[in-house]
Amino acid sequence: MQLWLIPALPLVGFLVNGLFGRRFSKSLINAIAIGSVALSFAWALRAVLGLDLTHPYTERYFTWIQSGALTINCDFTVDRLTAVMLMVVTGIGALIHIYSIGYMAHEGGYYRFFAFLNLFMFFMLTLVLAANFLVLFVGWEGVGLCSYLLIGFYFDKKFATNAGNKAFIVNRIGDFGFSLAMFYIFKNFGSLDFGAVFGQAAGKPESMLTVIGLLLMLGACGKSAQLPLYVWLPDAMAGPTPVSALIHAATMVTAGVYMTARSWSIYIHAPAAMDAIAIIGIATAFFAATIGLAQNDIKKVFAYSTVSQLGYMFVGVGCGAFSAGIYHLMTHAFFKALLFLGSGSVIHALSGEQDLRNMGGLRKKIRWTFLTMMCAAIAIAGIPPFAGFFSKDAILLAAHHRAPWLYWVGTITAGMTAFYVFRAIFLAFFGEYRGHEHPHESPRVMLVPLAILAVLSAGGGYLFKVPEYLGAVFPRMEIPEDPALMTISTLAGLAGIFLAWLMYVARPGMADSLAGAVNGLYTLVYNKYFVDEIYGAAVVDPVVNGSRAVLWQRVDAGIIDGAANGVGDRAQEIGGALRLLQSGNIRSYAAWVLFGSVVVIVAMAVAGGVR
Amino acid sequence: MDQHLLSIVLLTPLAGLAVLLLLPAKSKWLIRIWANLAGLAGFLVSLPLVQRFRTDVPGFQFEEKADWIPSLGAHYHLGLDGISLLLVMLTTLMGFLAILSSWNSIQDRVKEYYAMFLLLQTGMIGVFLALDFFLFYVFWELVLVPMYFIIGVWGGPRKLYAAIKFFLYTLAGSVLMLLGILTLYFQHFQQFGFYTFEISDLMRVSMPLGVQQWVFWAFFLGFAIKVPMFPFHTWLPDAHVEAPTAGSVILAAVLLKMGTYGFLRFSLPLLPKASMDKTIVEILAALSIVGIVYGALVSLMQQDWKKLVAYSSVSHLGFCTLGIFAMNPNGIAGSVIQQINHGISTGMLFLIVGVVYERRHTREISEYGGLAHVMPKFATVFAIAMLSSAGLPLLNGFVGEFTILQGAFEANRIWAAFAVSGVILGAAYLLWLYQRTVLGQVTNAKNLAIPDMSLREIAIFVPLIAWAVWIGVYPKPYFDVLRRPVAEIVQRVRPEYYAGRNEGGSAEIRRDAGTKAGMAGLEAHSTGGGMAAPLAREPALALAGPGGSAPLAGPQAGGGQ
Repeated sequence: MQLWLIPALPLVGFLVNGLFGRRFSKSLINAIAIGSVALSFAWALRAVLGLDLTHPYTERYFTWIQSGALTINCDFTVDRLTAVMLMVVTGIGALIHIYSIGYMAHEGGYYRFFAFLNLFMFFMLTLVLAANFLVLFVGWEGVGLCSYLLIGFYFDKKFATNAGNKAFIVNRIGDFGFSLAMFYIFKNFGSLDFGAVFGQAAGKPESMLTVIGLLLMLGACGKSAQLPLYVWLPDAMAGPTPVSALIHAATMVTAGVYMTARSWSIYIHAPAAMDAIAIIGIATAFFAATIGLAQNDIKKVFAYSTVSQLGYMFVGVGCGAFSAGIYHLMTHAFFKALLFLGSGSVIHALSGEQDLRNMGGLRKKIRWTFLTMMCAAIAIAGIPPFAGFFSKDAILLAAHHRAPWLYWVGTITAGMTAFYVFRAIFLAFFGEYRGHEHPHESPRVMLVPLAILAVLSAGGGYLFKVPEYLGAVFPRMEIPEDPALMTISTLAGLAGIFLAWLMYVARPGMADSLAGAVNGLYTLVYNKYFVDEIYGAAVVDPVVNGSRAVLWQRVDAGIIDGAANGVGDRAQEIGGALRLLQSGNIRSYAAWVLFGSVVVIVAMAVAGGVR
Repeated sequence: MDQHLLSIVLLTPLAGLAVLLLLPAKSKWLIRIWANLAGLAGFLVSLPLVQRFRTDVPGFQFEEKADWIPSLGAHYHLGLDGISLLLVMLTTLMGFLAILSSWNSIQDRVKEYYAMFLLLQTGMIGVFLALDFFLFYVFWELVLVPMYFIIGVWGGPRKLYAAIKFFLYTLAGSVLMLLGILTLYFQHFQQFGFYTFEISDLMRVSMPLGVQQWVFWAFFLGFAIKVPMFPFHTWLPDAHVEAPTAGSVILAAVLLKMGTYGFLRFSLPLLPKASMDKTIVEILAALSIVGIVYGALVSLMQQDWKKLVAYSSVSHLGFCTLGIFAMNPNGIAGSVIQQINHGISTGMLFLIVGVVYERRHTREISEYGGLAHVMPKFATVFAIAMLSSAGLPLLNGFVGEFTILQGAFEANRIWAAFAVSGVILGAAYLLWLYQRTVLGQVTNAKNLAIPDMSLREIAIFVPLIAWAVWIGVYPKPYFDVLRRPVAEIVQRVRPEYYAGRNEGGSAEIRRDAGTKAGMAGLEAHSTGGGMAAPLAREPALALAGPGGSAPLAGPQAGGGQ
């Protein structure tokens, strides 16, 4: 089936555009970048439709690393889980590539942008297709690199490059866990191949599987922006908006969810690790949603929303509803990509304005953008029959099955989600226009992807019944449907929408007076709980100052080098003193010889007597 | 041709040097051309080694042996195994590229400069090829002299301080190492009745643990200063900062590897008991880990571009030594690959500094910023060098780091946990350096007019980038080359290591061969017999193999014929 073609095609696009793109015309760059991704999508589709995926289909290419007992092969594998991921990555990826033609049309570094985007596709598809942990890790690190490169795409701007560095380093902290997990796995399973590892997982001691599960979870928390490592994702919005849609909403950030779902056979034997995932997930979902309530930058709202929604996926995985987690991964890719691309269209229309306070009344001016974004907003609010409803419902149902409090927190979060998304929608599209630009609708090349994603956000949950499709991959979980729970969570969503309408459309002054009433709380939330400041004071400053003042200036220059130079100085002093002996005066030499002889004779006499 | 291949590789730079001395000192152009040709020739003659090297043969290949000073028992004995093959290839390539990179940067005493470089080449190659301790020591000390002059004559403002510090530091280490060698030498005379510096002979010496430990620490100082391991590293930043670009490149890429090579070739096989002593291993692993983390943290804070890269070397070499003292195949193989990787990556990073230094004559990081605007090619090459150094998958550094860490984890999971944190910091100092120099806006007007990289400069980086990608994507040939020599070291140090394992289905054969050979009580015997055997698919071949010519195969292996 030549699965390697799926990632290799975008790689070719990257190499061609990256090496020669500087001299290419824009249309040639477009043809190469989008052509390679479209072909990759077509080939992936062929693989998904043409192969019998009830059992994993594996292709072996070559031995990558072979040392001692360690053998790592470069293998790709496809099963139904991979198939879902392949379709999401290549499908959404292709749409966002097309959208970028319009969005990036007036930006510098056009070829560089598409080259990096292609490179991202290569690594993301490698991650998804990998048949062992190390090849997955290659993709994992590679998407991190592309994320770094694209966050810092506007490399003139300090905040953009800072955000890039932050993303890379925080992800590396997660990778610390992932790396150690791989070493544990290899030590205990003798292999990193998915087949071999997962096949043996059932017989291994729970304590060991728990350690592995928790370490993998640390990696996933980095990549999927969960507590306590979520801090890089909101900053990552410094990148161009299509990047936020593709990498920081639809695909890369879901890699952690994919990886934990992929490792389900480890997790089901490590209940403590699963509980940890569920708790981190629900905490992140709730925590990020509260921050989302008070953000004024339209992209920041959706960024915190992404963190929050990823938390839902973690809850799904942590409750054993792996297929629900992946289901939400897919629907979230639809509506969140759409929300980002839509806000990109808004930003484009307003020539770069991102502050919701300077928008308003845009629904008449950029009608298509408004309509498509409404689809996404209804979907994320979990209103049936839009896509988000199905997947969120599946997760909340499983959460209730696991522990009712998870369900209740999740439902409150769902209400907040509906509120902050519609708050953004109402602030941007309703009321009177508060800015000074001349809004203009985006070109068709941007609107068509929006329209397709709107259709998917509306009907995707119905069209693609992921849980049934994945029934063969994951262990079956029998949870009875519960209309009451379903109704409650839907009502929570509706309540959120209503509240947003009340506060931002019906009674516009209400939000400010409310914020004034709970001033302390509002300041806390508005400033994102000061988490960045706390990390700065607790981690970054001590490392920086400790390295500079203590390690470098005191230990290195002071103690170690001081000792070395001290030895040198002493040697010089001794040499200087001894130099006085070398007076060049024959008589003094003779005196020294005499003195020396006397000392030797006396010494011998003391030691053993002179014969 | 084959029987003198190593001599040809060793002596080509010297031959180039001989001709160079005849050229008139005034015609700089001619001297440059000739020196570059000699460097290229040095690389080209080493290529047949790669082609003719056989991974299925135990012990050393292409051996040459002749009496040199019979009264002392010193021989001209050269040989090559997988470890030295990789290091020799690194030396010949980096040597050539370093010479090529000096085209514009050296304007004074051009003839002397290239002469020193060619002499240095021979010295370094000799270190990696010598199988006689006397010969090794001569090359080891020979390397000091040209490097001393390269730093002291063509260096920066504090060149004399740096050069003397470099010289004294390393000399102090090597004098102690010499005492260790002499101890072995006289112990051998006491036990066998004749004097020899032949390493395969010295390997037969059996010493009580106390003496072994003493000799180990003597060797340790010599090698650890060279590596340099924490806390013997402070000569390195000074030497790097003051050395001319090419000097830094060679210093980092090759010279430091003489230390790690010394551990692998001498400390471990000659002193297996001391090497496995729990206290010693723990101390060395701890020093390595401290070096990894400490080097990275100090690197993070540097204001001087070159000093930053220098401290990053301390961190990276910490990985290499940690791999060695993990004492298992992955740790050691990863270590050797990481030594090559460090040569490539850090070599590139020093060349990068050289490119801007040549244009702006400053290494202060704060003098730069926004270089991507004026030097886009430079920014791309720097990005690749940075990623290769930071251990990004599909580039070289990742393969080495992963294998070392895997080995370290096998030995002790706490070590691995600490070492992995060095990977995080490695990303931090490199990304921050890149941000401060290349990204952002051009804030310093002096940077506005600097030209991008020339074709010659790009040509220096292309082979290194290609090599980095090769190791990153398809490192298997490297692991194949290293399999035997690494297993020989592990078997020598930990004879029990392979006993319980079944690798490649040859465990049974191996055990038979081991018992047949290991009859005598002396430690060297049993390990010696097991040495060649565990690796051989066909044990008969290994036992009957090149007899005395495989120095790691002890006497019983030879006697078993």
